[in-house]
Amino acid sequence: MGTRKIVIEPVTRVEGHGKVTILLDEAGQVSQARLHIVEFRGFERFIQGRPYWEIPVLVQRLCGICPVSHHLAAAKAMDGIVGVDRLTPTAEKMRRLMHYGQMFQSHALHFFHLVSPDLLFGFDADPLERNVIGVARKYPELAVQGVMMRKYGQEIIKATAGKKIHGTGAIPGGINKNLSIAERDGFLKEIDQMLAWCRTSLTIARDYTLEHLDELADFGSFDSNHVSLVRADGAMDLYHGNLRAIDKDGNRIFDQVDYQGYFKYIAEEVKPWSYMKFPFISSLGPETGWYRVGPLARINACDFIDTPEAEVARKDFLSVTDGQPNNITMAYHWARMVELLHAGEKIRELLHDPDLQGGDLVLKGERRGESVGLIEAPRGTLFHHYKVDENDQVTMANLIVSTTNNNTPMNRAVEGVARKYLSGAEITEGLLNRVEVAIRAYDPCLSCATHAMGRMPLVVELHDAAGRTLDRRVRD
Amino acid sequence: MSDSVTITIDGRNIEARPGQTILEAADAAGIYIPRLCSHPDLKPIGSCRVCTVVVDGRPQAACVKPVMDGMVVQNSTPELLQHRRNIVDMMFVEGNHFCMFCEKSGNCELQAMAYRFGITAPQYPFQFPEKEVDASHPDILLDHNRCIMCARCVRASQELDGKNVFQSIGRGFARKIGVNGERALGDTDMAATDKAADICPVGCIVRKRVGFEKPIGQRLYDTRPIGSDIEEVRA
Ligand code: FES
Ligand code: NI
Repeated sequence: MGTRKIVIEPVTRVEGHGKVTILLDEAGQVSQARLHIVEFRGFERFIQGRPYWEIPVLVQRLCGICPVSHHLAAAKAMDGIVGVDRLTPTAEKMRRLMHYGQMFQSHALHFFHLVSPDLLFGFDADPLERNVIGVARKYPELAVQGVMMRKYGQEIIKATAGKKIHGTGAIPGGINKNLSIAERDGFLKEIDQMLAWCRTSLTIARDYTLEHLDELADFGSFDSNHVSLVRADGAMDLYHGNLRAIDKDGNRIFDQVDYQGYFKYIAEEVKPWSYMKFPFISSLGPETGWYRVGPLARINACDFIDTPEAEVARKDFLSVTDGQPNNITMAYHWARMVELLHAGEKIRELLHDPDLQGGDLVLKGERRGESVGLIEAPRGTLFHHYKVDENDQVTMANLIVSTTNNNTPMNRAVEGVARKYLSGAEITEGLLNRVEVAIRAYDPCLSCATHAMGRMPLVVELHDAAGRTLDRRVRD
Repeated sequence: MSDSVTITIDGRNIEARPGQTILEAADAAGIYIPRLCSHPDLKPIGSCRVCTVVVDGRPQAACVKPVMDGMVVQNSTPELLQHRRNIVDMMFVEGNHFCMFCEKSGNCELQAMAYRFGITAPQYPFQFPEKEVDASHPDILLDHNRCIMCARCVRASQELDGKNVFQSIGRGFARKIGVNGERALGDTDMAATDKAADICPVGCIVRKRVGFEKPIGQRLYDTRPIGSDIEEVRA
C-alpha cells in the first residue's frame, strides 16, 4: 500500500509560492512533512552580466516585503568589491538606521497583522474573525499601534533610502545621503511613543507565551542548533558581525567566524522534492547540522544586548529556560518583540548621533574580484556572495535567504504539529489552523503575499499511494 | 530678408528667427514640444517622431522643420498627445526598460516623458528582446537593453568629438547601435572625456561606477516634469 500524502498549498499569491506535503506511513501515522517554497531561483542567473553597482538596487526585486535587507546585504558585499572594509561613520550609521527601520516595521507588521489574531482569538477561532480586521474590531487601539509603528519604520526607510520601497540609499562603499535636521527632529518627536508601544507589544507576546507555556512547549517544537551574527564582544548586532553557531544547549560549534569564508562552515544540501536548498553546518553534516536563524536564534546565540531595556527583556526571556537556549518554536514571537524594542532603542540612539548629519558618504579602495555580504534580516541571517570580473560585471551570485536557512526547522515544525493534531485520513480545520500557525512563527518569506492578504490561503489535499485525492480542504 | 517671422502655435503668435526650427522657436517662446532624439548641441535628424506637430494641416517633426512666416502649428491636440504617447509606449516595450533598478531612473528622458504623459503601464505587450551589455570599456558601460535608437551618440561622436565610435546598423527590429563595426566599445577610441559619453537620454550609455550616487529627491526629474525648464521661460 505504501504511503499517503497530504498536500497543503497556498493558492493565490503574487510572489513566493509554497505548499506543504505531509507524508503518512501505512499505519496512517505522520512520517515526514515537507514545505516547498518556490523561490526566484532564476534570479542568480538574471544578475549575471549586470554591473556591480546596480546589484544593491536590483536584488531588492527578490522580495516585496524585505527589500531593504537584500539592498543592504548586497551593498555590504559590494563594499568589498570596491575595496572598502570600513565605511565612514555617517555611511555606516545611515545604513544602520535604515536597517533598524526595516526591522522595526517588519516585526511590527508581522506581529500585529499576522500573529496577534492567533494570540488574541486562539488558534481555533473562526478564520473569519481570526484576522487583522477582527483585531481592529475588537482591539482598535492595538490595530492603530500596528499601523503607526509600521509607518514609522517605513518613514525611516524613506529618509535613508529615498523611498519606502525599493530605494537607492546604500551604494558600494557608502551611502548617497545623510539625515537632515528636519528629518531627524520629525523622528525624535515620535520615538518615545514608539518605544512605549514596543513595550506593550513585548508584554503581549511575553504574557501570552508564559500563560500558554505548557501547550506551546511542544507545539511544533524541537531542539536545534542556532546561527547568528554576533559582534566581536558577543553582543547582538543585527547589521554586522561575525558568525556564531551554538547547539541546543548553547555550546559553541563555531564562533567569531569572518563571514567572507562562510562557505567553509555552511554547506547546502539539495533534495529532489524541493527547489529550496537545505543549509547545514559542514562539520556536523546534513543530518544533525541544520540550524535555526532569526529572532529566536539571535537571542539564543548572543551574550548580551547592548541596549538597556532589550537586555532586561532578553534576561527575562532566557529565565524561562534557566539561561539555556530556548528551543520552543512559538517563542519566536516573544523573541521578535524583544528585537522590536531593541530596534526602537537603537533608532533613538542613532537619532541623537551627530554623525548622521556628516558629509563623508562614500569611500573607494582597491578593487576585488569576490566578496560576501551578510546581514541579520528580520527573518534571519541573509547571505549574499558575488564574483565580479575586471569589466565590472557580475559573473557569479549565490544567495542564501533567511527563509532558506530555516528550511529544515519549518519542516520539523509542521511535522511536529501534524503528528500531534492529525487524526485518521481527514484534514480537520484544527490541523489546518495549526500548520498555518507553526509556519507563521518563522515569518517565512512565503508570507510575502500573506502580508498583503493578512492571512495564509491554503489548500490541503490528502492523496493515497495511487495519487487519488481522498480529501481536500480549501481556505482562501 | 526680414530678421523675424511670425508663426502661431496652438493659436498663440510667436516671433521667430528665419532658419530656426519650429522646436527652437517654441523653446524660445516658452512652449515645450516633447522630444527625445533632438539635442541642442546636435544636428536634428527627425527620427523618433515624439516632436510631431501639425503644420498647416500636415504632421511634421518640429525638430527639423524650419519656421516660415505665417505658419500655423498645432502642438497639443488630443490626437497629437495620443500619437506621442503611443510612440513612447512602443519604446518601452521594444527594449528592456526596468526603471525600478536602472541607474538612470530620475534622470532619464524616456521615463520623464512617460511621467509627463501620464503613462503608468504600457498598452502594448512587452517584447523582452535579447540584448547585450558591452562592459568592455574601462569607464563607460553600453547596455543595449535600454537603447531607444535616438542616435544622439552617433552624432555626438562625429559632430562634437570628431570620432566615429557609434553607428546605427541593421534594419527594422534588429536595428541597433554598433561600435566601429561590431567590435566592443573597449576596442574603440572612445574616451571618458568624449561628449558622446554624456549625451544618452536613457540608461544605455552611462559612466561606470557612479550609478545611484544621487539620492532620490535630488535627481533631475524628481521634483519637476521634463520640459518645465522650457515652460518657465514663459512664466
Ligand atoms: S525629437 Fe524630433 S524626431 Fe525626435
Ligand atoms: Ni522576503
